[in-house]
Amino acid sequence: MSDKKPKRRDFLFTATTAVGAVGAAAVVWPMVDQMNPDASVKALASTEVDVSSVQPGNTITVLWRGKPVFIRRRTKEEIEEARSVKMEELIHPEKDEDRAKNPEWLVMLGVCTHLGCVPLNDKGDYNGWFCPCHGSHYDTSGRIRKGPAPWNMEVPKYEFVNANTIKIG
Amino acid sequence: MSDHDYKPKSKVGQWFNDRLPLLTLANHLTDYPTPKNLNYWWTFGGILTFCLITQIITGLTLAMHYIAHADMAFESVEHIMRDVNYGWLIRYIHANGASMFFLAVYIHIFRSLFYGSYKSPREIIWILGIIIYLLMMAAAFMGYVLPWGQMSFWGATVITNLFSAIPLVGEGIVTWLWGGYSVDNPTLTRFFTLHYLIPFLILGLVVLHIWALHVPGNNNPVGIDIKKPSKDTVPFHPYIVIKDGFALLMFMIVFAFFVFYTPNILGHADNYIEANPMVTPAHIVPEWYLLPFYAILRSVPDKLLGVVAMLSAILILAALPWLDTSKIRSAVFRPLYKQFYWILVADVLILGYVGAMPAEGLYLLIARVATAYYFLHFLVILPVLGFKERTLPIPLSITEPILGGSPNLAAARHRESKIK
Repeated sequence: MSDKKPKRRDFLFTATTAVGAVGAAAVVWPMVDQMNPDASVKALASTEVDVSSVQPGNTITVLWRGKPVFIRRRTKEEIEEARSVKMEELIHPEKDEDRAKNPEWLVMLGVCTHLGCVPLNDKGDYNGWFCPCHGSHYDTSGRIRKGPAPWNMEVPKYEFVNANTIKIG
Repeated sequence: MSDHDYKPKSKVGQWFNDRLPLLTLANHLTDYPTPKNLNYWWTFGGILTFCLITQIITGLTLAMHYIAHADMAFESVEHIMRDVNYGWLIRYIHANGASMFFLAVYIHIFRSLFYGSYKSPREIIWILGIIIYLLMMAAAFMGYVLPWGQMSFWGATVITNLFSAIPLVGEGIVTWLWGGYSVDNPTLTRFFTLHYLIPFLILGLVVLHIWALHVPGNNNPVGIDIKKPSKDTVPFHPYIVIKDGFALLMFMIVFAFFVFYTPNILGHADNYIEANPMVTPAHIVPEWYLLPFYAILRSVPDKLLGVVAMLSAILILAALPWLDTSKIRSAVFRPLYKQFYWILVADVLILGYVGAMPAEGLYLLIARVATAYYFLHFLVILPVLGFKERTLPIPLSITEPILGGSPNLAAARHRESKIK
């Protein structure tokens, strides 16, 4: 076979298969992509929260893109505790300064990075959060310290519109 | 097989059968030669067929009243329970039917493990069975999401998040599965669609499963090849039909007990609270039939490796015909395998128990030991045992042990020598 020259028929087979494969892929892609977030879901991209009534040491939970977002007004001790941790001790090393630009306010997705449960406030071995599903402990900066979760709780894109309002997204 | 010689008696039958040989198929199914020594563990194939048909019929009727929308699903289920005529009955049969289905499938699988039914020449039957089992788990999981209670929502969140363990593309896959950035209405509607589809896929695979079974014929408690048809076989109808029917009746008593006396005992009270994306229930537990695998997932401290371990625990079963190196099928003639078999049964039950308990302290330790043993059984013990084990002599035909009074020929001979 190998010493024969490709014939016109071989060319036709290859060309037909190639065009068929491209055509099939072009039809399959819309079927796959229709399952991705649609325009109406994407449109709910940002939300504004009034945080004027939050006292130090308290957390409020707001819903953003169907997910809970923790907004915690941290006490001085909590900030100190978060900032005094050595990077070597962390599973997912991140400076508290990078996670909370304004140290008093910690804004993060209240979603455990293990399998997506909502961790509980003021619980766990590190005075931060504890996930009841599979036992992940987070510190006062929302960083993973113990348990199966691989990463720190995610800090979403947010900004202070004014002193009392946070815009998430 | 004598199928090909079959000729319908009536002229109309002949005319029809020449054009579509359905009557030949019916004749094959009724005359199908079956080993005459099949015990009651062999009745679960029929019971499982009954379970599948029950789930399809009750599911179809529930779908006439259920509304797959995040704002209305929970209420529509309560509407079924309170307003729809016999809605409570149909829903309780469907919900408990899932548990009964898994109860029967686990007995069916462990029957196969004991009597070596997965071995040559029945590997394809076995692998089709594993695919059916995987689809059953997918259908059961998605069905559990539909009432949109707290357990539905958080179960869906945790299970879909398993895919986020995949490096690089994981997060993208999860978003794609959800159709959003969390479990929400798009997730519910697609789960409903798939939950509706999968039982029919299972039905198709069951046809293949039975087709593949009818090529070599049934294994049997003695585990030896038999000639068919011969004095070792009986026709499927009426002998096996009656036996299967009786076993099914017994099974339906257990089924009815759950439906009418404790319809909620296998569920979770938390699922009568409507889904709330802001609060996770304190103790998330999957349905009982998924607990052993859940225990394996939690026993590994690393996210990706935990998911890999859990999936391997199921997929390793597909390789079983090649992991078990013993030529002898039935555990009756494998004294060591018989012991390891029961240790495996205990191991899986222990995994199920610790899967329902919090993952900490002693429970976690037990889960880790049991997980390690589970893999040890399939990857080390089974392959080595095939070479090392001294098996008992197998009888020449299935009639021989029946005449000797025990499927275990050595035991029968031993007893005989005592009498003499």
